[in-house]
Amino acid sequence: MHELTIAELVHGLADKKFSSVELTQHYISRINQLDKKYNSFITVNEEDALNQAKQADQLRASGQANQFAGIPIAHKDIFCTKGIKTTCGSKMLANFIAPYESTVTEKFSQANFITLGKTNMDEFAMGSSNETSHFGSVCNPWDIKRVPGGSSGGSAAAVAAQLTPAATGTDTGGSIRQPAALCGITGIKPTYGRISRWGMIAFASSLDQAGPMTRSAEDAALLLNVMSGFDSKDSTCVDQPVPDYTESLSQPLTGLTIGLPTEYFSAGIDSNVSKAIHAALDVYRQLGATIKEVSLPHTALSLPAYYVIAPAEASSNLSRFDGVRYGYRCEAPKDLEDLYKRSRGEGFGAEVKRRILVGTYALSAGYFDAYYIKAQKIRRLVKQDFTNVFNDVDVIMSPTAPTTAFNIGEKMDDPVAMYASDINTIAVNLAGLPAMSVPAGLVDGLPVGLQIIGNYFAEAKLLQVAHQFQQATDWHRQRPAALD
Amino acid sequence: MQWEAVIGLEVHVQLATKSKIFSGASTAFGAEPNTQACAVDLGLPGVLPVLNAEAVRMAVMFGLGIHAHINQTNIFARKNYFYPDLPKGYQTSQMDLPIVGQGYVDIPLESGEIKRIGVTRAHLEEDAGKSLHEDFHGMTGIDLNRAGTPLLEIVSEPDLRSATEAVAYLKYIHGLIRYLGISDGNMAQGSMRCDANVSIRPKGETTLGTRAEIKNVNSFRFIEKAINYEIERQIDVLEAGNKVVQETRLYDSERDETRSMRGKEEANDYRYFPCPDLLPVIITDEDLKSIRDGLPELPEQKRQRFMDAFKLSEYDATILSEERETAEYFEQVATQCDDAKLAANWMMGELAARLNKNNLEITESPVPADRLAKLLSRLKDQTINGKGAKTAFEALWEGADDVDAVIEAKGLKQVTDTNAIAAIVDEIIAQHPEQVEQYKAADDAKRKKMIGFFVGQVMKASKGSANPGQVNQLLQQKLS
Amino acid sequence: MALDRSDVEGIAHLARIAINEQDIENTTATLKDILHMVDQMQAVNTDNIEPLAHPLELVQRLRSDEVTETNQRDHFQQLAPQTENGLYLVPKVIE
Repeated sequence: MHELTIAELVHGLADKKFSSVELTQHYISRINQLDKKYNSFITVNEEDALNQAKQADQLRASGQANQFAGIPIAHKDIFCTKGIKTTCGSKMLANFIAPYESTVTEKFSQANFITLGKTNMDEFAMGSSNETSHFGSVCNPWDIKRVPGGSSGGSAAAVAAQLTPAATGTDTGGSIRQPAALCGITGIKPTYGRISRWGMIAFASSLDQAGPMTRSAEDAALLLNVMSGFDSKDSTCVDQPVPDYTESLSQPLTGLTIGLPTEYFSAGIDSNVSKAIHAALDVYRQLGATIKEVSLPHTALSLPAYYVIAPAEASSNLSRFDGVRYGYRCEAPKDLEDLYKRSRGEGFGAEVKRRILVGTYALSAGYFDAYYIKAQKIRRLVKQDFTNVFNDVDVIMSPTAPTTAFNIGEKMDDPVAMYASDINTIAVNLAGLPAMSVPAGLVDGLPVGLQIIGNYFAEAKLLQVAHQFQQATDWHRQRPAALD
Repeated sequence: MQWEAVIGLEVHVQLATKSKIFSGASTAFGAEPNTQACAVDLGLPGVLPVLNAEAVRMAVMFGLGIHAHINQTNIFARKNYFYPDLPKGYQTSQMDLPIVGQGYVDIPLESGEIKRIGVTRAHLEEDAGKSLHEDFHGMTGIDLNRAGTPLLEIVSEPDLRSATEAVAYLKYIHGLIRYLGISDGNMAQGSMRCDANVSIRPKGETTLGTRAEIKNVNSFRFIEKAINYEIERQIDVLEAGNKVVQETRLYDSERDETRSMRGKEEANDYRYFPCPDLLPVIITDEDLKSIRDGLPELPEQKRQRFMDAFKLSEYDATILSEERETAEYFEQVATQCDDAKLAANWMMGELAARLNKNNLEITESPVPADRLAKLLSRLKDQTINGKGAKTAFEALWEGADDVDAVIEAKGLKQVTDTNAIAAIVDEIIAQHPEQVEQYKAADDAKRKKMIGFFVGQVMKASKGSANPGQVNQLLQQKLS
Repeated sequence: MALDRSDVEGIAHLARIAINEQDIENTTATLKDILHMVDQMQAVNTDNIEPLAHPLELVQRLRSDEVTETNQRDHFQQLAPQTENGLYLVPKVIE
């Protein structure tokens, strides 16, 4: 049962091959049994999930159920859930129970999905390895000595370890795509504004975007249908109709033009990863696509620009965690300043504090123009690069991450090296474009992700391009050997 | 040395919207602590702001009311600092592109002149909560009901030269926001608050001196006192050969002094940057036109109308048009008694003096407009004379409601019967032969002065009821 | 751009984050590394380029002025470390 995709579960439930209670119980058992090894969940919602499953079964029995009723899902612990702890991977919110529901999780509840639990993540989504979580590192199911990627590492590992059929994630600089790549699953970050950010704890507001992490492009399309759409509670959410993302999946790719940006295959990209991507490109050629070299000249600058903009926004977004109205408060503060400094000093982990300090510096008097404004100007150049290229191509392809999963602890002492693992993913966030990662090969038994970048609101095109690849290959069906 | 004060004001006006600027929580005043602070106002994790259309409309109305440039693309920025009454650790405000750009207002000076005061900008922002310092076991209590209430911060140019001018400017702004209906302007409840930047320089000097900012002075009277105190203090500092320090000072109304907040307030670095949760606000030409078309008659239009229709001086027209209620009162009195000049004189004289003395607003006047109008009609049709009118006004102020009954009861009716007055005149002439001789011997210029004596005697003998004009005329006839 | 220990202390104060004495050196070194990477930006000429704050360059939507929220104080204050009489308590604020 845990091998099935969402699309298959929809049929299984409709055909009464199994009930939602059986399905949910099966996943809960797997989590209880196996997650000691991976640490992919922060909270398991056992009792509540089984109750939800019962209700879903009743709905089905009464013939009122929608197609997804009773399908389990896990949510990244960044989405506020009424009544279930939302920690954001931080000591600061270790006991925080939101009095409101995020729009994303609300939409899943309305579609009668079952919330299995909340997945582990880098603290406040700041990290590329899931090692900054207050609740401990997550292990990559392909090799438990390795990281699952981050920040949605718990979601990626849970899907890869078949502890959930799918999970939600968020992506600020690659946090869906990079862990999807490292864990051998499919993940899509839609266009900025496609999915509401209401109730999704902010890291960098102008970059953050939610998306699904799944076993296939088809599942991603199904879940994107659920998650997308206008929300009056988020000023940056776009009021534009949501197409049925499954509709165009089966259309052939003849005539497709793929852009291959030279900058995304430059130094720092593992040669075996590069080889795997080129093999995938051969598949696309066979599917009728044309491949064209393109240039995104400001790619190298997107890394420094991102590491100004994201920390700058974060430094401000995270000021609300002050020990006054909710969250961690230090013991016996001697005055107000002590309350602030120790609550924040003790409640935040090292990486979060580091980014707050960088962001504070970038916005401070005397540095604002040289850092923040400069970064925003580069942001425009990065966006223009993409606009120019999309005049000539339908999608852009590259490796999602420069390497396969690295070892736990390998980059923790060198933040700049850690940041460099986002080099191929962050430009997309700066530009606000949709992009996804699909499994495209194995190097030494570890998954490689192919990144597909599309034009604004071209999610349907991305999913079609990914789905056609998955029809021709079975990389997305590969499972970690350890699971057997 | 002659010193000149240079003053600029920052006025914070709470806009009279029903809900907050970025959330659907109520803005009503006086609720139980924290019962009107929703998840957005509290800055809970994951919540987001959405801008209130009414706050935007009101800010534009104000901008149009001060002839300002409206920035049809304006941007919200975050002002970052930590304070317990600021839940998010930043105030959402406007920095580089405020909704209202450069404008001006014309204010009346005591000299009777009108002075133009520049307004640098006005921007939208959210109010903070309140810290309650009464003792909670040595702790401070935080009430966030006010957090997120829309504010319009109106920044003047340093065009004001005295505390009196500052108050006149403030009163004009107060009048304008109430005309527009964008705020109740209630200073006691904090709907309108004021910070003053004060510096001094030798008269004739053109560069600015070092300024001190006086924070949060919340009545017209205290503004005047605080600025005057601050001017004197700075003069003392400079004349003692010291330098004025650029700093924030707090006005203590009990001691009538400003005090430095130095040491308690460090040099702030607010790290302003565009708010990533809010997009640029666009005001279209159509929006602008519809707001302009919907504006009520503004003080300056009313002023012009009072000058044109009622032939008032610019100064009188300005004073009477400044507050909507005053203007409405005036128009009613002027129309009903059909003598605008008389109405203006009485409102700016007798009525204003009484209101000031008793610290009352025009809306609280014990003499309503129709009653004053009737009194003035009686003065105009010569039923009573000026003295009688004052006596009757006194009775109306004390609560009498029927003008004619008062005139009757107090015997204020003016004697206009020529024969009756002539009899008294004859009597007075007979009683004062010496003065009559002197009068007859005098030249015209002297006579003019001397006639007053006879008028006084006749008025006295008539117990004030004679028509002074008639008395004068008769005396001149009979003495020549 | 050069960054020293006192800069880090200044930033940490602005951000209201306590840093242990023994961590300051290390923090300074790490921040220097990050800023060194960030300084690559200075290599490109961005004269006449408009800063981009939002990826989609859309327009703010306005909400109609309606009270939609109800009193949820008890709910919210369950999350708070310290309250009394409906107020959030903090160490004495000196004005």
